[in-house]
Amino acid sequence: MSAARSPLRALFQREWRIGRRVGGTGSMGVVFFLILVSIIPFAVGPDLVLLARIGPALLWIAALLATLLGLDRLFQGDDDDGSLDLLLMSETPLEAVVFVKCLVHWLLTGVPLVVAAPVFSVMLGLEPKAIFGVTISLLAGTPALTLIGAIGAALTVGFGRGGLLLAILILPLCVPVLIFGVSAAQAASGGTVPFMTPFVILSALSLAALALAPFAAALALRQARI
Amino acid sequence: MRLAATDLTLERGGRLIFSHLSFSLEGGEALAVTGANGAGKSSLLRALAGLLTPASGRIELLPKTDTPRPEAIHYLGHTDALKGVLTLTENLAFWSAMLAIKPGIKTIDEILRRFGLQTVKDLPAAYLSAGQRRRAALARLLLAPRPLWLLDEPLTALDLASQALLKDVMREHLGGGGLIVAATHAGLGLPAHELKIGAAA
Amino acid sequence: MLNIANPTNFLKLASWLVPVFAVLTAVLLGVGLYLSFLAPADYQQGETVKIMYLHVPAAWLSMFIYGVMCSAALGTLVWRHPLADAAQKAAAPLGAGFTFICLATGSLWGKPMWGTWWVWDARLTSVLVLFLIYLGLIALWQAIEDPGRAARAAAVLTLVGAVNIPIIKFSVDWWNTLHQPASVFRLGGPTIAASLLWPLLVMALAFTFLFLTLHLMAIRNEIYRRRLRRLSILAASAGETDLSNTMMEPAR
Repeated sequence: MSAARSPLRALFQREWRIGRRVGGTGSMGVVFFLILVSIIPFAVGPDLVLLARIGPALLWIAALLATLLGLDRLFQGDDDDGSLDLLLMSETPLEAVVFVKCLVHWLLTGVPLVVAAPVFSVMLGLEPKAIFGVTISLLAGTPALTLIGAIGAALTVGFGRGGLLLAILILPLCVPVLIFGVSAAQAASGGTVPFMTPFVILSALSLAALALAPFAAALALRQARI
Repeated sequence: MRLAATDLTLERGGRLIFSHLSFSLEGGEALAVTGANGAGKSSLLRALAGLLTPASGRIELLPKTDTPRPEAIHYLGHTDALKGVLTLTENLAFWSAMLAIKPGIKTIDEILRRFGLQTVKDLPAAYLSAGQRRRAALARLLLAPRPLWLLDEPLTALDLASQALLKDVMREHLGGGGLIVAATHAGLGLPAHELKIGAAA
Repeated sequence: MLNIANPTNFLKLASWLVPVFAVLTAVLLGVGLYLSFLAPADYQQGETVKIMYLHVPAAWLSMFIYGVMCSAALGTLVWRHPLADAAQKAAAPLGAGFTFICLATGSLWGKPMWGTWWVWDARLTSVLVLFLIYLGLIALWQAIEDPGRAARAAAVLTLVGAVNIPIIKFSVDWWNTLHQPASVFRLGGPTIAASLLWPLLVMALAFTFLFLTLHLMAIRNEIYRRRLRRLSILAASAGETDLSNTMMEPAR
């Protein structure tokens, strides 16, 4: 293997390798997604018409939970073994470190969910346009979930029950993404709302999160050390 | 090069660790920080590293340059900063890239050889023994040249041969004009100034 | 010039300010409630519209308190002020309380009108999300033992929330228009005539002074709590026996 040429490239490579080698990083999220989708009919009944109507919402909620529940590990490992201290003392800005970690998390957790969504959509009886809507809205919205979740991960680094506290802190902040994500998913099937409106807003939310969340997360990480 | 700490007061969790601490260290000199467990040796090192903000006082690395102080420091804490699933070489290559501009696998190989780790360099770090992991953490010190070394109990968990190796490495660093501040129970085995923490109530 | 930034000075200030505010609160509440009962009933909703005189000021306070927390958060992060820490921590439960009053009165108001105890209209839902954010902040305060670190984490979350709240409001409004296009009743009621405005303003002022009174008291309690913690830590240190005589001299 060749030596990494730049710190961020090296960080990406390291995070990627860790993510791929630690068992179950991407697959646990997808399995959890599948389990949620599977137990819904037990609660709601197997009526495909009903499931198709609420399907986009269920898939979005499942994707949201699957993303959030793995995020508490985002900084925990580095905090435990002292890597976070050393990263703080390197020339690379902490915001860039946060961004790279979020990128890898999204690639290894968010993207598998997006890929799995069409399959699970079929289980809920969605028609092709709806499947497309769900998939593309998840593609545009899961980055925002990872980035906003990173803020929660930074705030809860070092706690035992980090996952639960993280969800409590972050879920209210994810409401806009959920609203516009489901709205876009449903608008793809037709209806009074044009698809582009919620979809563009959703994408804008992801971009805004991209611009702001690394700074908030870095601030939270720094404040925890002092 | 000079490290100057002036009138440092440090608190942690509401507890006063020490107050009005001052010292200075010239290039080529070592400082051994001693004191009882919990007296604040580690906290002092973390404050010097910029990982803790003192309640008052100043820490300066002179002459002042554009480089922020933490980037001129190697900090060795109680943990090893090694990822178990990555091989030793991958771990060190990563830190080499983060700490310096140009790494070279050749240089990493030489460092590993010096620390007696060349036979395990392609093993995942999780399989290394505690002593090997500690030596790997020490190897990080040589990956990039940084003038000030802050070492927290560096000789702990090392056998006699490794301790001798570390003392050699430290002597070379000091010989090149570097500075070392080390928290230690049993002394460094090198000529060093001593700073005792927690002596007065 | 009194430096209220010093906790001791603050305590002195609070000791006379709190009774003054408390009296003001009682007076304003009395006047406000009296005016509320005197105000004309709504032709559609009858007397129940007067719950508005609790509901609307509570909503205003829940936003105002969040603003106070944001200022305190800046005080913690930018100026590292221990009094700002206490102000933040003290405000969170009060904010949650007023938000809860807003939700509860909203529910009570809605029951006679729609026959259900809860309805997902835009404003109630936005207030609910604000309530969840307050609860999250309280959870964060409780999870971190070190008061300084807790204050800094809560400050970051408060400021992140501040950026988010307008976005949440916008998205909830959007969601509401999507799902209830036929909704006619806004919980705010029909446009408020000027004669109905006075009780509203007096109640708002009363609630504000109620908050200020409780806030000052809560900050005072927090200062005492921190002092108690400090004393406990000192007591623990004083109990340490000196083991240094048993240690080896460092080798030279």
